[in-house]
Amino acid sequence: MATDDRFTEDFREARGEEVLGSIAEVVTGPVADWATDFSHVEPEWAADPYPIQDDLRQRCPIAHTGRFGGAWLPTRYEDVAAIAYDTERFSSRSIILSNFRPPRELAPIGGSPPISSDPPFHHDARKLLLPAFTKAAVQRQEPATRAFCHSLIDGFAGQDVIDAAADYAQHIPIRVISNMLGFPPEDGPQFRVFVEDLLEGINLPPDERIQRVSRLFDYLLVQVHDHIDNPRDDLTTYLLNVELYGHKLGPDHVVGTMALLLIAGIDTTWSAIGSSLWHLARTPADRERLAAEPALLPTAIEEFLRAYAPVTMARLVKEDMRWHGVDMKADDWILLSFPAANRDPAQFDRAGEVVIDRAVNRHAAFGLGIHRCVGSHLARMELRVALEVWLERTGDFTLADPAAVTWAAGQIRGPRSLPIRIR
Amino acid sequence: MKVRIDHERCQGHGRCYDLAPRLFGDDEEGYGTVLGDGTVPPGQERDARLAELNCPERAIDVEEA
Repeated sequence: MATDDRFTEDFREARGEEVLGSIAEVVTGPVADWATDFSHVEPEWAADPYPIQDDLRQRCPIAHTGRFGGAWLPTRYEDVAAIAYDTERFSSRSIILSNFRPPRELAPIGGSPPISSDPPFHHDARKLLLPAFTKAAVQRQEPATRAFCHSLIDGFAGQDVIDAAADYAQHIPIRVISNMLGFPPEDGPQFRVFVEDLLEGINLPPDERIQRVSRLFDYLLVQVHDHIDNPRDDLTTYLLNVELYGHKLGPDHVVGTMALLLIAGIDTTWSAIGSSLWHLARTPADRERLAAEPALLPTAIEEFLRAYAPVTMARLVKEDMRWHGVDMKADDWILLSFPAANRDPAQFDRAGEVVIDRAVNRHAAFGLGIHRCVGSHLARMELRVALEVWLERTGDFTLADPAAVTWAAGQIRGPRSLPIRIR
Repeated sequence: MKVRIDHERCQGHGRCYDLAPRLFGDDEEGYGTVLGDGTVPPGQERDARLAELNCPERAIDVEEA
């Protein structure tokens, strides 16, 4: 049996059980005023955040909340861009806003490099991943992705109404990323639970949150050991073997990056596919135009990414400072809303409308600056193939029950229940 | 007309080589590259402008001859 000294014992135990950092009081319940008490996990935000963001952009472009121990929400494109570019004053050591702030000593590596890393470490950790996610590299996944989408639609035979989020969109990125990481495809249903634990459980009591997150790491360690015993041509074996600064990666780095690739690839793309189908199901003119002009699809996809950008990131303020008119304190969160930036009328004409032939579309759905989504080419491929197959195989699809559509709360937004009538 | 990429700004979004594949390519890490010396052949001016106007990082310059 192969061994790897890095994983002979649970590295989490070797590291000790220190829970450094700070824990803020959990505050939930209806928002009093979005300018001074915002919360992206309340149902009103999940259902439709855009009117809230549009209102804030007008009257309070950098909103604040005392929840989560203090957080800021910029809604203008120029402020979102400035923060994304300013890695000197804003740290990525935690990119999921919660009531727990990891200790400053976690920077510049963070828990899930490179998304959680700051310069200069960030660049070197990111460089390890880039070749696996180029446009050419992800094109190798396209035939299998297309065949899988067809198999999902084959499975709808005999059904008039299907849940396009749960029964279609969700499965596509799960299948693709488990294939790239070399995880068993039948484990897919567990991944959804991991995603919910990490991204949607931010107001759970800290002990429960830690327990849930550790379930993910237990699973990843099983995969690590399987790959140590049976190395193969996939990203897990690559991460186990690759070197940085002349050494193999530390166990935290290997498992943290595996967690990132697994989690970041799933509900983001699932959300983008679902939002696009939701739009087309309720907008017959756009659906008919794409059916008639398939060549317009890549342009329309960019517009879906702009208007329904699924991903909001977070940053932590490094030091007390006056910034664009507000007094930020060290360790305040920034909720870095690319969706809000993408609907800023100062940046986009007809910002609140979905214009599927928008030719000039400098949107920020995949972020800006050094943390540009590593998986953006993969996400675009999955989104294009998922929509191509769907449009090819279904006719005049419509929302079966608009009131039954539900949306994920938190930093990743997309439909989680999406009943669509396909015939 | 000539195109140029500011490599300090490029983050590998790939909009240029998606929209104007005859003018731009990518390197082994996905960062944009200019094909040839960047001279835009007649008839490809619109592609060059589209690449410039869709780059999220404003990393592309189009110089009029």
